[in-house]
Amino acid sequence: MLEIRGLSAAIEDKPILQGIDLTVPQGEVHAIMGPNGSGKSTLAYVLSGRDDYAVTAGSVTFDGRDLLAMAPEERAAAGLFLAFQYPVELPGVGNANFLRTALNALRRSRGDSELDAVQFLRLARAETKRLAMPEDMLRRNVNVGFSGGEKKRNEVLQMAILRPRLAILDETDSGLDIDALRIVADGVNALRGPDFSALVITHYQRLLEYIVPDRVHVLAGGRIVRSGGPELAHELEAKGYAGMLTEAA
Amino acid sequence: MSAATQTLDTVQSVTQSGYKWGWETEIEMDLAPKGLNEDIIRLISSRKEEPAWLLEWRLKAFAGWQQMTEPHWARVEHAPIDYQDLHYYAAPKRKPGPKSLDEVDPELLRTYEKLGIPLKERAILAGVDPASIEGGSQVAVDAVFDSVSVATTFRETLKKAGVIFCPISEAVRDHPELVQQYLGTVVPTSDNFFAALNSAVFTDGSFVYVPKGVRCPMELSTYFRINARSTGQFERTLIIADAGAYVSYLEGCTAPMRDENQLHAAVVELVTHDDAQIKYSTVQNWYPGDAEGRGGIYNFVTKRGACRGARSKISWTQVETGSAITWKYPSCVLHGDDSVGEFYSVAVTNNRQQADTGTKMVHIGKRTKSTIVSKGISAGRSNNTYRGLVRVLPQAAGARNHTQCDSLLIGDCCGAHTVPYIESRNPTAKVEHEATTSKIADDQMFYCRQRGLTEEDAVNLIVNGFCKEVLKELPMEFAVEAQKLLAVSLEGSVG
Ligand SMILES: Nc1ncnc2c1ncn2[C@@H]1O[C@H](COP(=O)(O)OP(=O)(O)OP(=O)(O)O)[C@@H](O)[C@H]1O
Ligand SMILES: [Mg+2]
Repeated sequence: MLEIRGLSAAIEDKPILQGIDLTVPQGEVHAIMGPNGSGKSTLAYVLSGRDDYAVTAGSVTFDGRDLLAMAPEERAAAGLFLAFQYPVELPGVGNANFLRTALNALRRSRGDSELDAVQFLRLARAETKRLAMPEDMLRRNVNVGFSGGEKKRNEVLQMAILRPRLAILDETDSGLDIDALRIVADGVNALRGPDFSALVITHYQRLLEYIVPDRVHVLAGGRIVRSGGPELAHELEAKGYAGMLTEAA
Repeated sequence: MSAATQTLDTVQSVTQSGYKWGWETEIEMDLAPKGLNEDIIRLISSRKEEPAWLLEWRLKAFAGWQQMTEPHWARVEHAPIDYQDLHYYAAPKRKPGPKSLDEVDPELLRTYEKLGIPLKERAILAGVDPASIEGGSQVAVDAVFDSVSVATTFRETLKKAGVIFCPISEAVRDHPELVQQYLGTVVPTSDNFFAALNSAVFTDGSFVYVPKGVRCPMELSTYFRINARSTGQFERTLIIADAGAYVSYLEGCTAPMRDENQLHAAVVELVTHDDAQIKYSTVQNWYPGDAEGRGGIYNFVTKRGACRGARSKISWTQVETGSAITWKYPSCVLHGDDSVGEFYSVAVTNNRQQADTGTKMVHIGKRTKSTIVSKGISAGRSNNTYRGLVRVLPQAAGARNHTQCDSLLIGDCCGAHTVPYIESRNPTAKVEHEATTSKIADDQMFYCRQRGLTEEDAVNLIVNGFCKEVLKELPMEFAVEAQKLLAVSLEGSVG
């Protein structure tokens, strides 16, 4: 479903991604690990269409469509969701209002009817409850005054409500307490199925114990340097990137 | 083209040439000759059958105005206005509108559609001659008749409550003692250039008197909107809330108002006695001109409220999106001890619009309190200036002011300016001023778009969030309309 071929991207003429090849088949969850500054978030942004990045080579198709030719909102409509490493604050914009606007925009683009405020709140409350989040999260302004962990949980709440076909989770586990980690993992696992794929970016093997990936990839210096099964994460935990990278070289 | 020339051209194109001095014939009764002098003022006064004192008052204002010069301290620029090149009296119904919707600017119609204005109202708002509205005259006539009967019902309800609400010229006739007692006591004829001009030549406007202890049984908005579709060039509004009274008044309309008069110079005076409260809300959407700023309205307004009584309160709430030029500072003079003044404002400028708005809070009574929340949004190549004065007089012990002044920039070519003046002459007074300027950040836009919102939806959402504190002060139905209006005003400001 997601096919990345020879993808290179630069920011301000500085090359970051240098020929990424990666395929995530429908229904699979892949993990991406890699040292700080290796380009993981860059990959997430390029896939979701942030325009600070210039794609210098390669192609990406999503369900056979040319992803790179689509506007960010079109990618969202096609079912792509990014849980941000650093979620953005929107002062004065209520979380519920934001989510309803987003959900209805997606529904419209798919030809579904829009949800009214009552229908939406019913859905949103149920998801909030399922994810064991306080209900006042819906009333508060988007990410304003949220703690680091609350922001991450809010991303997962959005994902649960928007129900993407491909979710990119950029270090959603960073900054979460142990209970929250479980809740977040449950949130992802609940979506798992033949129609859902995910790209889980993480530094920690622990998350991958809850969300067991089909494949693990190591990104370093803007390239995928190794790929393997879940056991690769264990190996990394044991050797560290430095150890593995010298081996790979 | 200068404001005056354009006004003149428009007016000339709708009247026969060869117009002669005087009011002898039916047709010629429509329009006074252009120019401003004592004779014109006498004509206005006699046409309105005004008492002698009012004519004297007008003439005094005119004498004062002749000594004044147009103010140029505001951060706005406009072609010179030739005040002798305008018509100062025109009876209503003179305006020959377009014959059908086909003759109306399609842009304007598109805007009405987006604002959700019903078809038949669109035609009326666009000034289409009712007799020629498509589908026969019946539609428009019904609409007009409807509103007349609704208005009559409102009138009766108000009358029962003892509230006087009528055109100011009617008040001069029916309640001369009230008008004489209050007119010009908040905004004296000598106050400023535009107020003096207004005092000399005003012809339209509203008068409200709410008697002691009465809570006005309805938002005066509803009534107003049905009755005052076309607004005058020199409007004069006077609202008095007697002891313990309450009234909420809404001025304006979210639909863009076209007017052949380019220059507007209104005066609004509010008076509250002990424990009384006036809530004055404005949603103004004058035609701002085209993208190059051609043909827009110049709006020079003097609005001031006097909290004369103890514990009285005046709140100004305004959402301004229109005009080519806006020059406007709704103010409160807080005489009464413990009286309260509030100013909540959203001013949007786009394309080449210029706005210089703000407020003045003058603290005189003890423990007087004022709150200022100003939200300026600039897009395109526009300029948006907040100018605020907080003055605390020596006797105003324990006075308090809080000013919050936020600017939001959309794009790189617009400007926001904040000019606060604080004069505190009482050491026990507390005056706080906070100002922020922000841009809609790229990461906010991207965050919204990643969730599926279009750029325009994203801007609207962020702008509405930015204005929330002010929008929540508006009467419910208007808050919703104001939101839509903000969206329409900012259309095309991104991308
Ligand atoms: N706006 C920018 N200007 C210059 N360099 C940038 C910019 N944004 C990112 N970079 C650089 O691109 C490289 C990759 O950054 P990226 O955020 O993708 O790393 P990452 O793998 O997500 O790291 P982390 O694990 O710390 O989140 C880094 O060296 C970073 O400094
Ligand atoms: Mg990162």
